[in-house]
Amino acid sequence: MSKRLLDKGFRITLQILAVLPLLAVIAIVAVLIFSALPAITYNGFGFLIHSSWKPGNFYANPITSNGVLHPPGVNYGGLFLIVGTIACALIAVVIGVPVSVFAAIVLARKIPPRFAGFFGLMLEAIAGIPSVVFGLWGALTLGPYLAHHVYPLIANNVPDWGFFKFFRGPTGNGEGLLSAGIVLAVMIVPIIASTSRELIKQVPASTRDGAKALGLTDTEVLFAVDLRWVASGVLGASVLGLGRALGETMAVAMVTGSSLGSLPKNVYDTMTTIAATIVSQLDSALADTSNFAVETLAEAALLLMLITLIVNLFARLLIKRVSATALPVGRGL
Amino acid sequence: MSIAIANKTVKQTSRAKSLLLWRKITNVGFWSFSLIGLVLIMTPLLWLLYDVIKSAAPNWHFSVLFAQTKGVGGGISNAIVGTLVIILGVGIFGTLVGVSTGIYIAEYARQRVSSILKLASETLAGIPSIVLGYVGYAALVVGLHLGFSLGAALVVLTLMVLPYIAKSTESALARVPTSYREAAFALGMTKTEALLKIILKPALGQIITGIIIALAIALGETAPLLYTAGWSAFYPKLSFSHSPVGYLTYVVWTYYNQPFKSARALSFDSALVLVVMVLFLIIFAKFVNAIFKRTMYEEVQTMSRSISKRVSKRL
Repeated sequence: MSKRLLDKGFRITLQILAVLPLLAVIAIVAVLIFSALPAITYNGFGFLIHSSWKPGNFYANPITSNGVLHPPGVNYGGLFLIVGTIACALIAVVIGVPVSVFAAIVLARKIPPRFAGFFGLMLEAIAGIPSVVFGLWGALTLGPYLAHHVYPLIANNVPDWGFFKFFRGPTGNGEGLLSAGIVLAVMIVPIIASTSRELIKQVPASTRDGAKALGLTDTEVLFAVDLRWVASGVLGASVLGLGRALGETMAVAMVTGSSLGSLPKNVYDTMTTIAATIVSQLDSALADTSNFAVETLAEAALLLMLITLIVNLFARLLIKRVSATALPVGRGL
Repeated sequence: MSIAIANKTVKQTSRAKSLLLWRKITNVGFWSFSLIGLVLIMTPLLWLLYDVIKSAAPNWHFSVLFAQTKGVGGGISNAIVGTLVIILGVGIFGTLVGVSTGIYIAEYARQRVSSILKLASETLAGIPSIVLGYVGYAALVVGLHLGFSLGAALVVLTLMVLPYIAKSTESALARVPTSYREAAFALGMTKTEALLKIILKPALGQIITGIIIALAIALGETAPLLYTAGWSAFYPKLSFSHSPVGYLTYVVWTYYNQPFKSARALSFDSALVLVVMVLFLIIFAKFVNAIFKRTMYEEVQTMSRSISKRVSKRL
């Protein structure tokens, strides 16, 4: 009898603990919406379509309009944040995905199993290195190096028309959009590379042997069998990497140069993302006695969460439809 | 006639030969190109490690590890102890909740419930860390009046690592053969007994590995801690509210662009200590995994022995 009671008690304890993540997600969304509500009411739809970051006069008496308390002269427009966040993450994906996939192909097919463990460890090391350390490296070493040796080469040799215009002009000191994108690319490599490697390893040997028996070279087997088999999984992993790049905070905050209120003029220009803005501005926002600056940051956080949630769900949906292998949670460790 | 055919064959074979040569060249070309990809992802890691060591080495004194921060100089012992306290707390709470969630999803929940819980856990993993930090600040530090404190930091960081631990627990349990469960139930064990005595054992290695990796992730987080743990130049007090805690990532983030040489040195030292700790945890996780894999065979044997002992007892 007591045994049964124990069994039931254990089960109920597990049940209560297991619901905690669900409750946490609901609570997080609720807190964000609740604290962003005044900012959403006052900033309105215009927040999404213009670029401006004027916190107003913190020292004057706050005034009330539309039932929202705010400092006089306030004007927030988050377009540059949204564009910055998405541009930065897209650069990371455009650079990171091809490199990771090629590396995964070599790791899965050509590296002898003896060394596979070593390279796996290297990938895990990249995934594990704290993002502040990536930021430190990006801000003090990689950024200046690129600005001195690489960016001038690109800026002076790229044709002066259309899309390429963004690659011309002053190259700055290494803090900017492209530097941040490159650092982010390094950070999302483990997710994409390790997932792709596992997926390629799972391709059935019989299909590959069949292709080989037809006389195809290794490269042809890869394109005819392996890559078709794993394409959607790799796509899913890439979208997951995009999600991580969108939400990455510290490294971006240290490498973008944090320029508030305007869109970057070229890819070397300083800019900022939603996450970087929250982490670097929350401190000064606390000085706003009307609390409006903090509420606006909550609105930005809500926006960021919506974007990343949509991207993440899309990635999971994509991979669920085609492959039984679940994606790694988070960083690809 | 026959000469014409022979000519044609010669032409064809030579064309086939050149085609084959071309295919071989593309093959070699492709693999060397892919190898460049591998080199490209390894270079930044080595460069970064070299850079971290090179920045910290010239001014490195071991006394840094044992002195507290004073203004923009001194040491980082308070941050090291704070980080360890935070990691320990996250380890306890994260394991408790994460492993329970994983077990519940894998062993108890019905299809629909488990897919909802999995979705919740994946969603939680996808929430950017700064958003978690902001919510922690708004809800715990201000809302519940905890102030900058260990309690607020632990809640936020635990939520961050929960999904990792839940996921590794769940996938470890999914690998345990169904026959183990059937054997346990056939002996008349309750589900709790079956779980604790039979099912969890072969999964233990992977679960522990997952926890260590989650701790390595928690170790390197900055954004969720900045506005929950705050910063303190003193050793942490063992109180959950109203006493800020110092931690290593704060030192890296705050001191790296200060105009004082001593501040920058502290930042580099902290980065080095962080990287060493993370790499140690990752290698330790590999080590634990290997040990459990090796003992798995013996484990299975002792398990089958204990099962047969139980069977003979009941008979």
